[in-house]
Amino acid sequence: MTTGDAVARLVREEGPRVLATLIRVTGNIELAEDVMQDAVVRALETWPRDGVPGNPRGWLLVTARHRAIDLVRRRARGTAKEAEAMAMTDPPPEPVEVVRDDLLRLVFTCCHPALSLEAQVALALRTLGGLSTAEVARALLVPEATMAKRLTRAKRKIVQARIPYRVPAADELPARLAGVAATIYLIFNEGYAAGAGADLVRTALTVEAVRLARLLAELMPDEPTVLGLLALLLLQNSRRGARLDADGRPVLLADQDRGRWNAVEIREGVERVGQALRRTPDRPDAYVVQAAIAACHALAPSPAATNWDAVVSWYDVLLTVQDTSVIRLNRAVAVAERDGPAAGLTLVDAISGLTAYPWWHATRAELLLRLGRGEEAREAYGQALAAGMSEPQARHLRDRLATC
Amino acid sequence: MPTYIALTYTADVDWTRPEYAEETKEYIAFGQAAADVLRGGHALYPTATATTVRVPDGKGGEVVTSDGPYTETKEALTGFYLLECADLDEAVAVAAKIPAAWNGTVEIRPVITF
Repeated sequence: MTTGDAVARLVREEGPRVLATLIRVTGNIELAEDVMQDAVVRALETWPRDGVPGNPRGWLLVTARHRAIDLVRRRARGTAKEAEAMAMTDPPPEPVEVVRDDLLRLVFTCCHPALSLEAQVALALRTLGGLSTAEVARALLVPEATMAKRLTRAKRKIVQARIPYRVPAADELPARLAGVAATIYLIFNEGYAAGAGADLVRTALTVEAVRLARLLAELMPDEPTVLGLLALLLLQNSRRGARLDADGRPVLLADQDRGRWNAVEIREGVERVGQALRRTPDRPDAYVVQAAIAACHALAPSPAATNWDAVVSWYDVLLTVQDTSVIRLNRAVAVAERDGPAAGLTLVDAISGLTAYPWWHATRAELLLRLGRGEEAREAYGQALAAGMSEPQARHLRDRLATC
Repeated sequence: MPTYIALTYTADVDWTRPEYAEETKEYIAFGQAAADVLRGGHALYPTATATTVRVPDGKGGEVVTSDGPYTETKEALTGFYLLECADLDEAVAVAAKIPAAWNGTVEIRPVITF
């Protein structure tokens, strides 16, 4: 790695923290980004030549602050706003916990419910993830000009509508934290769904999401939602190497080569589930429970050796916090594995409202096939295919249909 | 402190008619409860009283007035409040207590002070 690369990486790692403090100090996210950009350019110019300063974060902050003071003074010459600039010359306190709180405030600002979900995702990647506008645009399959406009509009709204830069009070925290988690989960799914052959920037969204979840876990180490989210992302990501075959077709969980699952991510994911469960009050968090289910799969050496009893129990818990037909369907699948296809089919048939959902038909078909009811299975496969799905998924169902 | 306007969109109603007296009382109660941050506001006559004014030929040109607008949507602009709040979160908390929030929609916009 060249010095330039090392400097670029260091700048990217420190960037969000410095930016978070700058936003607090200047009270203006756009100004903070502008002066941060200037400081980054200067760092990339001078550090490779003169060496990295002893306190890179402090260097970036001081350089950006000087620039901000310059700018505000120039804009506010002769007006009362000069006081604002003067207030900024006081050196900001920089102990670890202040920087931590600044970052946390930035997290909640970027994921404020008054911003559209797409704006939240873009802002999180840009300001918290430190990606460039071009990278965010490519990752989300949006033209760069559109993304630049989206980011500008979101930042303007933060400034003009005064979206506060603070950590929500205890009574609003659960709802707001759920919003932050949903944004990070959405980023993960964007990358996860991109599949093989997609732009690397796009698939790297899973890595970004894990990074953001990890950052959040560092900032709020006692929140079960946060620990559960991180665990769930790690456990889902651990299957990355096994979930597509050589032709890029999805491989079912049961057929995946478990030797290709990432053991390091599984170990950490399982550990995080444990931490989350120990901190879980009477009402469990949906992310924690989903992570617990993922952990049951991750820990099983083979599909047959899966602890289906535990999986079914976790689905029972999940239904107490989030009762949806799709979760009922997933539970029925686990029951079929534990008690046989007949028991599973009874439960699947009892779920209403999923006739437009291809996986309800596909699950019925699979269970009918296992029960030797070929004709009914064929019919159900046909209904699943008619309900519509992606081509690789349809190919898998057609293969199954051929065995009926 | 920034000022926000809270625009209430509800079914197109005539607040002067007796059948809306109960609902009007709810708005008055809100006004009293939010007196600290309220900087003005009014209920509006129904959209049937609205007139649209345009000067299509440019400044100084002929004035064209027309009846309406009537929109196809179920919700019409029926009133507004001016709120002086510290930030958007506070404005949202106040707006959530306006009866229109459960009878329709409340739109909050920051007001520019030149």
